[in-house]
Formats: sequence, C-alpha cells, structure tokens
Amino acid sequence: MVTIEVNNRTVEAKPGEMLLSTLRRAGIKVPTMCNIDGLPPSGACRMCVVEVEGRPGLQPSCALPVTEGMKVQTHSPRAVRARKTIVELLLANHPDDCLYCVRNNQCELQNLAGELGVRERRYTGQREEYHLDLSSPSIVRDPAKCILCGKCVRVCAEIQNVASIDFVGRGSHSRVGTAFEQGLNVSSCINCGQCVMICPTGALREKSALKEVFEAILDPERVVVVQHAPAVSVSLAEEFGLRPGTDINGVMVAALRRLGFDRVFDTSFSADLTIMEEASELVDRIKNGGKLPMMTSCSPGWIKFVEQFYPDMIENLSTCKSPQQMLGALIKSLFAEREGIDPSRIFSVSIMPCTAKKFEAGRPEMGRHGIADVDAVLTTRELARMIRLEGIDLQSLTPSEADNPFGQRSTAGKLFGATGGVMEAAVRTAHYLLTGRELAELKVQPIRGMKGVKKAKLKIDGLEIGIAVASGLGNAAELLEEVRAGRQDLHFIEIMTCSGGCVAGGGQPIGADAAAVRARMQALYNIDRSGTLRTSHSNPDIKRVYEEYLGEPLGEKSHHLLHTHYAKREVVG
Amino acid sequence: MIALDTEEILTRHPNAGRDSLIPILQEVQESQGYLSRQAMIEIGRHLNLPVSKIYGVATFYNQFRFQPQGRFHIQVCRGTACHVKGSAAVLDALKRELKIDAGQTTRDGVFSMEVVACIGACGLAPVICINGEFFAGVSTQAVPKIIDSYRRKAANNDHDEAA
Repeated sequence: MVTIEVNNRTVEAKPGEMLLSTLRRAGIKVPTMCNIDGLPPSGACRMCVVEVEGRPGLQPSCALPVTEGMKVQTHSPRAVRARKTIVELLLANHPDDCLYCVRNNQCELQNLAGELGVRERRYTGQREEYHLDLSSPSIVRDPAKCILCGKCVRVCAEIQNVASIDFVGRGSHSRVGTAFEQGLNVSSCINCGQCVMICPTGALREKSALKEVFEAILDPERVVVVQHAPAVSVSLAEEFGLRPGTDINGVMVAALRRLGFDRVFDTSFSADLTIMEEASELVDRIKNGGKLPMMTSCSPGWIKFVEQFYPDMIENLSTCKSPQQMLGALIKSLFAEREGIDPSRIFSVSIMPCTAKKFEAGRPEMGRHGIADVDAVLTTRELARMIRLEGIDLQSLTPSEADNPFGQRSTAGKLFGATGGVMEAAVRTAHYLLTGRELAELKVQPIRGMKGVKKAKLKIDGLEIGIAVASGLGNAAELLEEVRAGRQDLHFIEIMTCSGGCVAGGGQPIGADAAAVRARMQALYNIDRSGTLRTSHSNPDIKRVYEEYLGEPLGEKSHHLLHTHYAKREVVG
Repeated sequence: MIALDTEEILTRHPNAGRDSLIPILQEVQESQGYLSRQAMIEIGRHLNLPVSKIYGVATFYNQFRFQPQGRFHIQVCRGTACHVKGSAAVLDALKRELKIDAGQTTRDGVFSMEVVACIGACGLAPVICINGEFFAGVSTQAVPKIIDSYRRKAANNDHDEAA
C-alpha cells in the first residue's frame, strides 16, 4: 500500500495505480470526459486535472501513477478554474440546442457545464459546416455536436476491433469520420451502437423508428404486433428511475398494450425456438461431420463482423436466424394464417436492446415475397420515450401477460439477454437431444458472468464437448484467431457483439455503469433460478408450434422460415 | 517518370509494420501524384491497418493530396513574410478564380492548388509558384491574368494535340 495525501486527508492507494482510481475509491469525485473504464488512459481532455505539490502545472489524474507521500489538491481554485475553462472552450463551437437534443438531461457536457457553474458564453469559436450522417440504418452521426473526446474511436477500435471511424484532419479542422468520410452505411460499421453508449453528447444516436411505429398504430387498416427481447424487461426500469436490475416484464407488457399494440409477443419464446433449431443443428453437425466449431448467429453486429472480416468462417456460423427474425417470420406466416390476416396488413415491431437489430431487420433475405419479417425496430430507449410521450404511468398499470401463441417462454430463452445465456440454454437442450435425459444441474456456472472469454468442457455420455463464450468483438477476434490457427477442441462458440451481452447492448438506457449491467444480468439469472420452466425443449408452446405448424427442427418448414444464409461483404474500413 | 502500381511499391516494404505507413504514403504519392482510395485500401491491407486509420493519418498531414494533380500545379506560399505581404488575399483570389480549395483540382484537370508553409523566396513575397515558375509580388488583381495565361497555354496545347 502507498499512502498519499488528498485535500489534507490521508488516503491509501494501491502501488502503481493511477491517481484517478485512488480518488474514486476514496469517494472524491473528479470529473472525467475522455476516460473509459478498463482501457488505458488517453489523457486527452484534461478534465481530471489536479494540483500535485512539487509538480509544475496541473496533472491529469487519469494518467498519473500514485507515489508514496504524494500531496494532491483536487478542487483547488486553480484546478476548478481549469476544468471550467475546458468546458467553456468545448462550448465555444457547440450548437446551443440542448432543448431539441435527444440527449437533453443525459448529456455529460451539459452536466459538467452545470456542475462547474458555466453561466455565460465566454468564448465564441468558428463553426465548421457539418452534415448529419443519416446513411446508416442504425446510427445517426451529428459531427456538429462532437467534442472530439475520441471515445467512440477507441471503443470501435479497441473494444470491438472494428475501427470504422477515426480522427480525420488536423487542428481546428479535426473531426471524427469514416475512411474517405463516406457514410457509415458503406463503412465497416457493424451497427453495434457502443459508440452511442459512450458518446458524452448527442453526436451519436440511434436512427429512430418512432414515427413509423406511431403511424402504423394510428392506421386502422394495420394490425400492429410487437415483440420484446429478453434483456429489455430488466433494463427499461432504469429509464423511469427504478433500480438497475428491476424486472418489469408484466408492467411493460401492459404498457405496450396501452400504447396501442394489437398483440404483444415475447422474443424469449422465439429464443426457445432458436435453441430447438440451433441445438439440433449442433447435434447434426457433431453426428454427421459438419463444420465445427459451430458459432451462434443471434447477434447481428457479430454476423456483419464475420461477413466482412472473417469470410473464411462463414460456414461456421449457425444458419439459424436470430430470435427477432424467427418470431418475425412466424408472425407473418403462422400467426397471419391462423388469424386470417393478409401478411401485408401486419406491421411487426420489435423492442430490442440493440441498434444492429435495425440493420438486421432490413437485410434483404429477412422476409418472403417482398414482405419483411420485421417492419420496425425500436431500442429500449425509444420504447421509454414512447411511454413518456403517451403519458403512461407505469406505477398504475396492472401487470399483463404476453399473448398466445408466442407468449410462453422458458427461463432458458430469457437467459439470451446475458453473455453465455444462449450457450447455457443450448447446452440444456443439446444434452436432452443427445441423451434423452435432463442435465442434472441446469445452471452452467463456468459460462456465467461478465468475463470477456469463458471456456468449458462438457461430458455428455462419454462425448466431450468444448464450448467457448465471448462478448465484445475484440474478445471474439481472439477466439477466432485460435480457431484459425488450428484449435480443434471447440465444438460450439457463442459470440455476443457487446461486452456483457444484450444487457449492455447499444440500444439500452444511457449512462449505465458496469454495476448496472451486472445487476441486469443478475436479474436474468434470478428469473432463471426461480422459474419452473427452465428448458426450451419443455416449453409447451414450442412443442405445439412444431406439432401444429413447423413439423420438426431442421425440417423443411423450419428451413424455409427460420434459417438464413450469409455472404462475404466488401466494405471500406 | 512512369507511375508505379501501389503493389510494386508495397513489395519494396515486405513485413512492414505501422511505422512504415508514412514512408509508404510518401512513396505512393511521389510516384502517382496523389493518394487514391484504391492505393489507401491496398496499403491498409498490406500493413494490416484499418483504412479509416490510413485516411486519418493521411488527412492529418498537409503534404498528402487526394486528387490527382492538375496539369498546372499552383503552390501558394503562406509563410510569414508572404502572410505579412498579403498572401491570404492572394489565396482567396485564387480560390475565387479557380473555384477550388487548396488541396483540390479543377474539374477539367487543368489546375490544382496547394498551400505551402514557406517556399524559401521571402524576398519575392507574396509569391506563388506554378509548375516551377515563380511569380513575385503577386497582387489580387494579377491573379486572373496569371491564370488566364495558363488557360491559354492549356487550350493551345489541346489544339496542338488535336492537330
């Protein structure tokens, strides 16, 4: 332990750590802007500067290792003035349109200006003329609001291994852009939205589909159905001031009805369906010498990542559509037939913790006869906006259940929302398919939790199956390189684009920290622990869908409706 | 000089890492006159760097251009002496006359323009240099005349070539 003095108070520090970590642990709040937890400091924004006795100038606490006996003043007039000046300079060419900004009240720049008491515009900077980038189906970029903190650039390159954006130009003409400053849609962007999550301002946001959804609801000719993903019910509560990890599934379903959706379905149901197809596909590949390791295909950012960076591994991807697309396909086939509705009259909406799902829904192969399986995708944030806009008080709602025939889910399907969840659900069902018996212990502990890469070996009746789980595409790339280099002992790999899985997706509430993400994950585990229906193959609604409509997993109808294909993608990145 | 393919240039840098990026960009520009998209994509592949990064680095430096040079390449000195003598106004006049920015090439491919920090001819300030020919003490009024003389040259050349 190292002892230092902060604001005339003795504080214990860990040897070698940066001062900022010490300060945070001691409960001393020093503002940051360019800092990303878990990545090395970039020291770019100087927001976290402090005075250190014996050192000239102000020191960035994020990049200053602690030393024994160090004497620090974190809030001396000089340090506070410097921070305030930084914010004032950032505001010099910032558009003053907070009231109209999607991030109003959720903006780090706005918060800092408030905390530091900025009350007048002291500097007026020259403004460059920028254009909105509306080219992407998932993300909108507004360079005018960008303060060049560089966090989006770093997340894209260092966490996701994608690097579709970087700093372009120099000095006062610096900006963040794609290669050749083309639209995001033709770049290597995988639409994950992690840049949106980390952006301190409104420079990055989701491409909203609220207008189309409201129009469809108001159109009496349309039957508007909605599905909600497993991670949404354990995250939405935060938008309404409730504790992270609060599951409001029933209330959310009631709210969706209030909003005017004609039917509410649960994507966790089609997660169960995905498991039936995917576990069958795995068993088939293992028994019949198919391409291994098989890799999951639920996460659309990951799919695009493989198509553009690892085209040699496309065959490893499961051909299963994601749960969103499976349910979309069933809504416009089984449901439409059963209710006697022309599929073209159905407007199918999905609520997703994800921005890449917007891209996925628009993929040309995701539909039949010119009718898309899913017509509009809303993020968790957009759903919250919708609920607020319509003045719905969640407190006053009576919890409600999702509709048949796609309303009942197993808790295995619910686990899809966390990294490792698809694998756990698949293992439960694959074990049953291979042996005819249930796993003795349904909980598969080694693949739970927030770790970036998790591996395990399973013994199923003498057959040893190697499984691996990665979340965050930087972690996934590590695993792929091992496979490329000839690693043979892995049979099944689950990849989620976002670190932690869908609970930390790019469509989730802004401003959640690691603890909040863990709480959401824990909420899913709790649902599984207390649930009675814990395996996808024992879900009676799933059985019924196969008996009455699909036939059998990997059968002809399944192939037609629930499976898809991928292709190598040329992108400039 | 015959322009080398980007591929040929890259073969001179086997096993190159990211530290070779700027020398390679310079060689490509030296040989091809500018950095084409295709060249940057190939360089990215060779160095295993994202193209966004190559483009980011290339746009950081004034020395790199992203359009082929025109037949007449105009260098506008914006060094200290030229600045004091009014080179900013000369640059503006050139922009107006040619309807391009520094770093760009006219659509007909006749003119391209770049800003240089100091051309080393401070005694002639403000100075511009067109294909190696220096113009001393340039005034804003002189700009259209100078450009016109090159436009005539270009037209005559075209005429000669056609005949």
